[in-house]
Amino acid sequence: MDLKNLKQRGEFEWELPRAGAMRVPGVIFASRELITGMDEKVREQVANVAGLPGIVTASYAMPDAHWGYGFPIGGVAAFDADEGGVVSAGGVGFDISCGVRSLHTGLKLADIEAQKARLADRLFARIPAGIGSTGGVHLDPAGMAAMLRGGARWAVKEGYGSEADLTRIEEFGCVEGADPGAVSDQAKKRQRDEMGTLGSGNHYLEVQVVGEIFDEAAARAYDLAIGDVVVSLHCGSRGLGHQIGTDFLREMVLAAPAAGIALPDRELACAPLKSELGQRYLGAMRAAINCALANRQILTHLARQAFAEVFPGVRLPLFYDVSHNTCKEETHTVDGHKRRLFVHRKGATRAFGPGHAELPREYAQTGQPVLIGGSMGTASYVLAGAAETGRNAGEHAFGSACHGAGRAMSRHEAARRWHGRAVVDELAARGILIRSSSSRGVAEEAPLAYKDVTAVVDAADHAGLARKVARLSPLICVKG
Amino acid sequence: MNPGTRWETFAHEADVGVRGSGATLAEAFAGAATAMTAAICDPARIAPHDAVIVDCTAPDEEMLLVDWLNALVYEMATRHMLFSRFEVTIEDHHLSAIAWGEPVDVAKHQPAAEVKGASFCELAVRHAPDGQWLAQCVVDV
Repeated sequence: MDLKNLKQRGEFEWELPRAGAMRVPGVIFASRELITGMDEKVREQVANVAGLPGIVTASYAMPDAHWGYGFPIGGVAAFDADEGGVVSAGGVGFDISCGVRSLHTGLKLADIEAQKARLADRLFARIPAGIGSTGGVHLDPAGMAAMLRGGARWAVKEGYGSEADLTRIEEFGCVEGADPGAVSDQAKKRQRDEMGTLGSGNHYLEVQVVGEIFDEAAARAYDLAIGDVVVSLHCGSRGLGHQIGTDFLREMVLAAPAAGIALPDRELACAPLKSELGQRYLGAMRAAINCALANRQILTHLARQAFAEVFPGVRLPLFYDVSHNTCKEETHTVDGHKRRLFVHRKGATRAFGPGHAELPREYAQTGQPVLIGGSMGTASYVLAGAAETGRNAGEHAFGSACHGAGRAMSRHEAARRWHGRAVVDELAARGILIRSSSSRGVAEEAPLAYKDVTAVVDAADHAGLARKVARLSPLICVKG
Repeated sequence: MNPGTRWETFAHEADVGVRGSGATLAEAFAGAATAMTAAICDPARIAPHDAVIVDCTAPDEEMLLVDWLNALVYEMATRHMLFSRFEVTIEDHHLSAIAWGEPVDVAKHQPAAEVKGASFCELAVRHAPDGQWLAQCVVDV
């Protein structure tokens, strides 16, 4: 991105001043190197979002921002219903509530070294992954409605996990206001065989080891120590969420003119929060969030079964579960006043700081765990929501942080450069076992196809979005 | 596929662009569908054994392309199939098509990533001065 017309607010914060149809400025959090490497489309998309009705304070982009649809991936924007604010199906995206969940294992690296290949095989056998895979849970209409209302709470009632899991999930495992009746029959049909499936593309389940600690106190609060083995999985609301995105994008594009909304880009498709369509979308989107939470809960159960086969008696307590592609109603302080806002996070993570009322008690003093996925050969990170006092104090971007590394090159280019088998062999030589049914899928997800996650996380830390707690290195990766 | 139909994928930072072209709008749409299959796996690996009928109507040609590709995404997802051959007819913003393919066989097809949906990003349907039709958009993978 050309830095011309950007105002530098700090070493890691850049302002795109109001111009043209922008109602608020744009703010991009990034190092000079990261922002220079961003596509010009990010600037255009940040500016377009800034022009949507009812937007509050600024249109934000996280350090991993890249060219998305309508919103940049890594985009954050909040809207006030009382000021004509909108909810945008494009601002949430197709993969509603795609997110990361991490589990403790109670095992150390030395415990699993000798069993690593067997564990990888058992996980690959248990976790339905990739195109054409189907889950073991098939829901009738009443079961589907209960799942869409109950999320992970529904899954626990069905025997997948325990009540203790629910405290370690955003909204404690269930978003209120889900409306199964607002979800199309097509969306429900797409989900019929997909409960408890990982998906494909950049979705994965990894066994990781804590390789480095940056904040001892926070790591203790999160029960993380050097050498600890953890499990992280990345997936979302599967076909149901994808179809809801498709259905409402179309409907919102067609309805925008009648609502008096001029869309600079059809992918910004949105509807007033105070409209029948806006409310119906919120009901369907919340149902998709619950679907994603239920899906990750079932996958957690399957991962526990696989671990128990190799390590009898081992428990995998939930560490935390974060969602990336959402619109959530939250209370934030703006210019000294508390306001209820609808915060869109598109490829961004909620990152509430210490003391926030919506955190589990055990994390209240530390802040929300922010789980950042890297590529399969590099690293993932655990961060903590930024504090209200101290360095870079204050809530930035409505309590949000980055979500991952972001692609450095297209899938086409990655598949052209690398062969899946060679990637698997090279990683195996470094002690990282890959299990995938698709060689091309592995090539498209090759480590070097992604940006440097460390640079992204460092920028988030320096910008005050969240603070670095621990780095996780991959040991086993089951690719979708 | 009609020999005049061409298809290609094009780069998008996070996802994949699909583009079809041909002497008619219908050929361009068939090409875009083949390009979408190519975002998943090599279309040549898919035997056109089973036929599925697809119908859609939209207010304009660009929306019709999005609807067409999304109808195929839906059929692929719910039938657990992949498609490699498309016979498309378009009249007055109404599309009727037959898509041929076969059930997903992971070992045979080596699918890399599922398509979640067709987007309005880089969406274009146009009749070029040389008489060729072009139909393209980015699909989310």
